[in-house]
Amino acid sequence: MSWYLTLPLVIPFAAAIVAYLLRSSPLGAWVSIIGSGLGLLASIALMAVVLDAGVVAGQMGNWPAPFGITLVADLLSAVMVLITAITGFAVAIYALGDINERQAKLGYHALFQLLLAGVTGAFLTGDLFNLYVWFEVMLIASFGLLILNGGKEQIDGGVKYVALNLISTILFLTGIGLLYGMTGTLNFADLALKVDQVENQGLLTVVAMMFMVAFGVKAAVFPLFFWLPAAYHTPSFSVSAVFAGLLTKVGVYALIRMFTLVFDHDIGFTHTVLLWVACFTMVIGVLGAAAQSDFRKILSFHIISQIGYMILGLALMTPLALVGAVFYLVHHIIVKANLFLIAGIAKRLTGGTEVYQIGGLYKSAPFLAILFLIPAFSLAGFPPLSGFWAKYIIVKATLDIEMWFVAFIALAVGLMTIYSMTKIWAEAFWKPHPDGIKPELKNLEHKWAQLVPVAGLAALTIFIGLNPEPFVQFAERTTAQLLDPTAYIATVLGDVR
Amino acid sequence: MEQLLSILIGILVASAVYLMLARNLLRFLFGLILLSNAANLTIFVAGRLTPGAPPLVPDGLDAPIGVVANALPQALVLTAIVIGFGLFAFALILAFRAYQSLGTLNTDEMRVAEPKEPHQ
Repeated sequence: MSWYLTLPLVIPFAAAIVAYLLRSSPLGAWVSIIGSGLGLLASIALMAVVLDAGVVAGQMGNWPAPFGITLVADLLSAVMVLITAITGFAVAIYALGDINERQAKLGYHALFQLLLAGVTGAFLTGDLFNLYVWFEVMLIASFGLLILNGGKEQIDGGVKYVALNLISTILFLTGIGLLYGMTGTLNFADLALKVDQVENQGLLTVVAMMFMVAFGVKAAVFPLFFWLPAAYHTPSFSVSAVFAGLLTKVGVYALIRMFTLVFDHDIGFTHTVLLWVACFTMVIGVLGAAAQSDFRKILSFHIISQIGYMILGLALMTPLALVGAVFYLVHHIIVKANLFLIAGIAKRLTGGTEVYQIGGLYKSAPFLAILFLIPAFSLAGFPPLSGFWAKYIIVKATLDIEMWFVAFIALAVGLMTIYSMTKIWAEAFWKPHPDGIKPELKNLEHKWAQLVPVAGLAALTIFIGLNPEPFVQFAERTTAQLLDPTAYIATVLGDVR
Repeated sequence: MEQLLSILIGILVASAVYLMLARNLLRFLFGLILLSNAANLTIFVAGRLTPGAPPLVPDGLDAPIGVVANALPQALVLTAIVIGFGLFAFALILAFRAYQSLGTLNTDEMRVAEPKEPHQ
């Protein structure tokens, strides 16, 4: 039994059950923290195993590969699981100060652990139908978390989120059915071999597009992103941080997985579509951010524009571009979750998230201002922070294949990102508070529970930024695996082939 | 049989889209359940329809004898029905709560989370 593959899944499920049983006692939050901590250890162990072996696969119940349920971890899965665990741990600590008793009683901690389990499962699964099931686990938990407060805003945002996600789910399911009809298998590795033998390659491209739309909704790409800015600014801050960090990235991960492993038969068409989608996503997202004035809404639109960079890396399909996409994926989860957590502290100190109605954070809470500047600059791509390297690799990749216009868009969007970050900075941090409130950090309840995760994630960003070499090398190894999936296929199918 | 089912799926999708384009949240949900049934039928048809026996393996053998129905799409559809039903129940309750707290089911009037911007 491959314990290192199952532990990152079993731990959050176990923690969810215990946290649900202890939901009305203050211990629930600690169960969540301990569970996430153990999950982090398990995913570090998984990472060590994968770094050593390249790809590891486990057949659940000992059913051989294309028939049974396969859990498989290559470098991409392993790093995504690890980063999920890191974010989960940080947000679980932050929740100590963010989640009130009522939300805890309604089962916040159990749902949160369930969400982590769903996300981890989606990264680890080796077949398409289980990807659907993990998506559902993740969706159901996220629905619950989104509307936990039960206010008008949450319900309204929840309706849109639920509606669009259900449509994408149904589309995904239909795609699974059609693909199964054509190939007779659902296992990723087996699919990678079988899609080449399908007679009607045109029909296969149609199914590929169905998957692209289905995952595109999850990843919030243009023009399918409207649910995201409608919903992400409504729930509690720890919820929107974990949503912003992880949920859209599951869509990006699924796109990368499917469009490098399975749907690489008609790159000229599918990846050109992805390229256009990526460019529009970058531009529209950042324009949306420029038009907003709510702290969390600006950040929500930024998620969309940053997703564009990752899709761009996938669309170009050159080794360097994929390195950029992987690096971007990891860097963005840390930075984005951190910014949402800071938005939560800012709201607690100033009493609002509408940037024109708050202010004075720099003067009375300079430490928080610095903590904000680190991820904000990293997101915009200032050297030497992690975002600089991510953007640099992507832009370099576009220049290498002489796509000047795309490179121009990527750079211009970076500039626009700085512009809208400046708005948050000038309004929320720089100018004095319009009501004369002095937002001081010492007024914060559960000060350390909120500041430690924020500072930790910021330190991680700086560490990646100052020390990019091993991370880039890791991304290069990951890309090599993505572009040449022989090891992946051989490990999953084993001796069946 | 395949043709008949394909036509049925087409009708289901068409009605679903018609219902989902309405501004009423409840109609949208009814459209959604039609659409999810169409997806289930698609999986079922994609797994090939065979008028065969149930896929039971006789004692002492490794594989069933003769033409048997494909068990995998049935398992997939069963899972999808269960999940879809759970989600639909959740969506119905959400619609009910939305009606309670927002006082409307007209999606055009649901603007609490995205109000008109004051600075535009």
